[in-house]
Amino acid sequence: MSYIIESFRQLFGSEPRRPAKSEISPEAQAVHVYKKQNPFDKDAFEVARQAHAGNAKKWRNRRWTTLLVVNLLFVVSYYFDVQLLEGALTASRFMGFHMADLNSALQVTLAFKHMVLNLVIGTATIFVLWVLLGGRTFCSWVCPYHLLSEWAESLHLFLAKKGWVKDRSINRKVRSIFYLLFALLALATGYTVFETISVTGIVSRALIYGPGVAMIWVGLVLLFEVFYSRRAWCRYVCPIGITYGVVGAISPLRVKFVLKDCHHEGECRKVCLVPHALDMTVKGKAVHTEVDVSADCTRCGMCVDVCPTNSLRFEIKGLGKHL
Amino acid sequence: MSDQSKPNRPAKRKLSAKHVEQNRREFLRTSALAVGVMGFSLIGLLPAVQGKSLALRPPGALKTPTDEQEFFSSCIKCGQCVQVCPVNAIKLAELDKGAGIGVPYIDARAQACDFSCDGLQCVLACPTGALTHDLDYPADARMGFARLAEPRKCLAIQGKGFKGQARGPDYEGILRYDDVDRWNPIPVADYPYDLELCDLCVRQCPIEIRIAQCAAAAAEGEQNKDRVAQRQGNECPPKHAIALEPFGGDDGIKRMKPVILEGCVGCGVCEMICPPEPPAIVIDIMQDADNMRGAS
Repeated sequence: MSYIIESFRQLFGSEPRRPAKSEISPEAQAVHVYKKQNPFDKDAFEVARQAHAGNAKKWRNRRWTTLLVVNLLFVVSYYFDVQLLEGALTASRFMGFHMADLNSALQVTLAFKHMVLNLVIGTATIFVLWVLLGGRTFCSWVCPYHLLSEWAESLHLFLAKKGWVKDRSINRKVRSIFYLLFALLALATGYTVFETISVTGIVSRALIYGPGVAMIWVGLVLLFEVFYSRRAWCRYVCPIGITYGVVGAISPLRVKFVLKDCHHEGECRKVCLVPHALDMTVKGKAVHTEVDVSADCTRCGMCVDVCPTNSLRFEIKGLGKHL
Repeated sequence: MSDQSKPNRPAKRKLSAKHVEQNRREFLRTSALAVGVMGFSLIGLLPAVQGKSLALRPPGALKTPTDEQEFFSSCIKCGQCVQVCPVNAIKLAELDKGAGIGVPYIDARAQACDFSCDGLQCVLACPTGALTHDLDYPADARMGFARLAEPRKCLAIQGKGFKGQARGPDYEGILRYDDVDRWNPIPVADYPYDLELCDLCVRQCPIEIRIAQCAAAAAEGEQNKDRVAQRQGNECPPKHAIALEPFGGDDGIKRMKPVILEGCVGCGVCEMICPPEPPAIVIDIMQDADNMRGAS
């Protein structure tokens, strides 16, 4: 329950709290104290980092492959008329079985105030799918804009290193305001207002049906991310992330933080789309020896890839299994 | 956010001037982003509200001739209707249509819906009912209503025949020709005509073709007719959509005039096939057969 509450707090934009001493379990407290008395050896860390280097792109490669395969499946299905995965990311049929993007379905339902059976079936299917797979997993493993945004992020980081651009923070709470406003607008105007600017829908349709002027909007958003604010759309705007985040709050597939071997050097927070979710990796902040990363996490695995000590790993809650 | 904290709480650490400035800037950035994003999405409502996004829609679209709001709201912008159309008549609207982005439309002059699929595949494919399942047969569609917009361009009114490819050799549109292939549409450019008096709009009208099929089936016997009726709608034959009527004629030239009848569903094939440029006959999306009944 506390996991769900903490997930919702972070999804809607609150910063993680610094735990009071009394909240930290004795076991975790013992580890914190031990680490204080026996600081890690810098050379030992360097050795661990070198040893890990070969593994550093494992999850990224798996994820990019999945993302490309899913989106190409849409393209190929239409282009060669194989009818495997018809439609676009907003709604589709997989071998004839209906699927509907949860956020698009929500916008349509709010605007139209009516849901036909096919949409109910499609929405329920996708809901169950993402409960099993982790909710915001959609963002990093399926959303085609995410991949473009990752490339823009690489460029941003390169330019930032040169000192030519810098990342300007924006209050994360604004995403909740967007969420609320778009829901109210759909309800009040009867138009799916968010779909007009949804880069996910635009890029998905552009891939399948050919690009159009809407890609200019996508380009502008990407430029904003490169030159003004890192990963701004996914971090501060996109309501799709909240919708799937809420689903992910009850998902058993999570990233878990294991306190014991963590050097607290913070590499994971530097690569993360949602660094606030990794706040427990800051020295002295973990309340237990193992802490699950909140549902705002997109399960992209970049922290898992970058962590030299395997202190962050995928787990399936309840199965006690690590991926 | 005042400086007076409650007495039982530890006093908040005072923010440094630099920190206050940072917070102020973040607030400004956040506000600017919010205004920008909301502004852009609200601008997207303009074309729809001003009625500038009206277009010919696939059969069964939840709309009235002047109000497409329900259609826009129920459409999930996935393009499944685009994918199933055998003549590729359906396109998805662009960002210039604002909130109508991703909503399907038909450019009849480029490629009209000729009901080649028989079963209204686009309606069946629609996951949200934006193309309503209340529609069972092509003759029930109310997409628009044909109108003789340029009578002086009409070859039949001029008393002229037509010879050759209806839209020229480079035209890419396709239609189903029963006498060539019952199931697969072919390019209009591959089907040259040789007509004494141009009657293309009547000849290619999907509704008129159906009426002919019903008549042929009826001639072969009652059982056959029932089968055709089942396949093409319980109304077999459907009501006439367009006919040529004698017109003028003091000068000794035989002239005919296309007259649009209550069976017209507004599919746009007449607009597509009409040889002159611009076409003599077009689809008026502001009308449909239900509006026109009794009007003329």
